[in-house]
Formats: sequence, structure tokens, C-alpha cells
Amino acid sequence: MNPLAGTTRFLGERTAGAGYVVNLLFRTLINLPRLPRRLRFLLDNSFNAGVRALPVTLVVAAFAGAILAMQTGIELRRFGNTNVLGTITALSMCREMGPFITGVILAATVGSSIAAELGTMKVSDEIDALEVMSIDPVDYLVLPRVIALAVMCPVLTVLSNLVGIFGGSVIAEQNLGVSPDLYWVGAVESLTSSGMLLPKEVYVGLLKSLIFGIAIASVSCAAGLKARGGALGVGLAVQTAVRNSVLLIIVLGFVITWFFYFLA
Amino acid sequence: MIELKNVSKRLGGRDILKDLTLTIPKGVNFVLMGPSGTGKSVTLKHVIGIFKPDSGTVHVDGQDVPSMDRKQLMALRKRMGYLFQNGALINWLTVADNVALPLKEHSRLARSEVDDRVHEVLKLVGMDHAGKQGPPDISGGMKLRAGLARALVTNPEYVLYDEPNAGLDPIISHQIHELIAEVRDRLSVTGLIVTHSRACATQCGDRIGILEDGKLGIEGSVDEIIASDNPLARAFMGSGSD
Repeated sequence: MNPLAGTTRFLGERTAGAGYVVNLLFRTLINLPRLPRRLRFLLDNSFNAGVRALPVTLVVAAFAGAILAMQTGIELRRFGNTNVLGTITALSMCREMGPFITGVILAATVGSSIAAELGTMKVSDEIDALEVMSIDPVDYLVLPRVIALAVMCPVLTVLSNLVGIFGGSVIAEQNLGVSPDLYWVGAVESLTSSGMLLPKEVYVGLLKSLIFGIAIASVSCAAGLKARGGALGVGLAVQTAVRNSVLLIIVLGFVITWFFYFLA
Repeated sequence: MIELKNVSKRLGGRDILKDLTLTIPKGVNFVLMGPSGTGKSVTLKHVIGIFKPDSGTVHVDGQDVPSMDRKQLMALRKRMGYLFQNGALINWLTVADNVALPLKEHSRLARSEVDDRVHEVLKLVGMDHAGKQGPPDISGGMKLRAGLARALVTNPEYVLYDEPNAGLDPIISHQIHELIAEVRDRLSVTGLIVTHSRACATQCGDRIGILEDGKLGIEGSVDEIIASDNPLARAFMGSGSD
């Protein structure tokens, strides 16, 4: 195959795929006024997203906080400066690690399940059945999932942050000899001393997780709705959903941090 | 009346429909037959606006389907029912909730009225005992009957049947065929039935069209097609077929 033609086709397909996701998100937002009619599905999806992802999110967050404290603490100890460990762990968890961990876990658990569910519905004509009943699949299926993840991702992120900071405190005390009082005073002060309702680190982290939740749900719904060709197609939809979600989490995470800390 | 004129459609690099012209008068069951891959299901999807033709026109009661916007298409679809090959029931809803879905979404009926109507159509298709069961718990024939109940619950003028007996044993198939004929007779519904089955065509069809290479190879009443010497008609409607 001509490499130029291959590259052009690849870029064309990716652009069309991105366009589909953006269009889907736009149609979802247009359908927002219909959300009260989907309250039951919204609650079901929120419960699924929260309960399915909660245990693994908390375990990963605890270890991530511990690793963060360990790696940072090793260097800080060389300079005799371990008293700022609580501050660094708390800020890093809230600003970056909490939203990132939660986003990746939601992509792997809930995003994959959304893509599989909608993909199976697509290949077994259930989506077409909704269409011929004049029921918009975006309103019926996509809207409650997007809103559920937009709500649950920040909620899980807050819990991740808390558990991650706690994981760090265990390492700080047990391995680095930092007293719990010193660690927690540093952590709490760093998150409350800005004079604002929420410090920048917290609201930027929560904004990230809100955007991650919307991105994961949109990308996963799009992958499911575009599935075709039976079980193989559903498998590919799941793969696409998780890959694109993780990619977006990393890129959007970078862009949001850059915007708030270097541009704004 | 459903009218397709010179409809062509290319899918997956293959010409599926080539200048297909087809007219389905009101009040009849029109059976569309033909070898696999000749565009029978694709024809149905053009009628209900899931596909748009590459060229040609599709009219339902004089309205041009491909040029309809989403709102018009939704209005048209409210007048139509569609029975998918496997029923296409929403997996997480019970049979009764599946049947009630179009009413809950589009009508302002009270809950008790919805329940009554659901019970009525489930009874019509012999499924009133299974309303609380989920799609994974019922057989293929029951799924089809539930799908038919869902297609009928809004009192449609047209019902499109996509292989209503695919994968069913002869006894259940016979019941489904009788049901389709009953729907036409009792509810005056116009039917477009896609099938490979001679039994289906003879038991519930009024007219038969057989597709060949993306267009209508032969068309006529059931008796005309059975009596025809046309090789295509012989292949599908001859004594050894089915």
C-alpha cells in the first residue's frame, strides 16, 4: 500500500472517530433537559460506576499515595526535609494522582462495561429497535451514563485523594520517621490555607475528574454505538474504549494542568 | 402505501440494491423473498429510514422517507412497527416493560392504561403469562412474540417483519405465521415480511416478491407465484422448497 495513502486514510478515520465522539457529546448535552425522565437509569448507572470501581480505586489510591510518599521521602531525607512530606503528598494526590488513578480505573472497569453493553445492543439490533420506536439512543442510553460518570468520577476522586494521603502517612511514619501530627498538619494546611473555599489544587483536580468522567463515558458510548460484526466487533469496541479513554485522560490531564499552572 | 422506485444501495463495497422498484398496497401482507445477501433486510431498513438510498426514492403514504428530518422520521416511525429477527428486546427490561416502552416514551397514558394495553397485546400474542420474565429467561419463539407485541402496542398502520421465523421449529413458526395473518385481519395492518420460508409466504402472505441480484425478479399473488414456471419462483415456492 502507498504509505501516503495509508497515512491519509488513518488520519481520516481518526478524525472521523473524534468527530463522532464530539457530535455524540454535543447531542448528549442537548438532551440534558430530559435527564429527569432518566433518573432511574442515572441512579442505576451511578451505583454501578461507584460500587464497581470503588474497591479497586481505593486499593490503588492507597498504594499510589504510599509510593508517592516513599519516593519523595527518600530524596527529602537526603536533604533533611521530610517535614514537608505531608504537604507534597496531599498536593500531588489532589492535583494529579487522584484524578488520574480514578480516571484510569473507571476507564478499565466502567468504560469497558459501557462499550461492551452498548456494543452488544448494537450488534443484536437493540439500538436499531430503539431507533424504530422513535427513542433516541443518545437520550435513552448515553445521557444517563455520561452524567453518572461525570458525577461519580469526582466523588471517587475525593475518596482516592483521602485514601492516598492516608497511604502516604503510613509510609511517612513507619519508614521515614515522620510523626503523624507533622504529616497531617502539613497535608491539611496545604489544602486549606489558600483562603478560598477550595484551594486551587483541589478544584483543578476535581475539574479534571469531572472532564475525565465525561470523556470516558462519551468515548465508551461512541465505541459501543459504532460496534459491528458480532462478538469480534464488541471486543474491538471495548479495546477502543479503554485505549482512547486512557489516552484522553493523559492528554486532557496535561492540558488542564498546563492551562491552570502555566497559562491562567 | 409503501413505494420504492429505482432504489440502489451500496454497502461494504458491494451493490446490495440495484434499481429496486416495489409497491406495497395498504392492507396486504407483502412477502419479500430471495437468496441471502440480496438486500431483503436492507429494503426494510430503507422503508423505516434507518438507511438512505444512494439513488431512487422511498415513499410511505406519499411522504419521501430519505428527505425526512429526525422529527419527521420519528413521527413516521410512530406509525410503524418493526419485528427484528431475534425480537431485539432490551435485555435489562422485563417482557412487559419492553412492550410498554414505546407507550411510556411517547404517550400520555396513565400507568394503568399502559398496563391494560400491554396486557391486551401480550394476550394477543399468547404471552400474557410471561410479562414479568426477562429476555434471557425466555425462548427464541417467545422473544419473537414479545417483539411482535412491542411492534403492535402503538396500533401501527404498518408492521415490518424481518425473518419472523428464523431459527424456530415448525410448530412455533406456524404459530407466528398465524399471528401475522391475524394481525392483518383483526387490526388491518399492512405488513412487509422478509423471509426465506415458503410456509410463511403461503400462510400469511397476500403478495410475494422475490429479489434477485438487488432487484425484483418476480412479483405476484401467492397463487400466481406458486403456479409460475419462473426458475426463481420454483426455487422458493416449488413443492420441494422450504
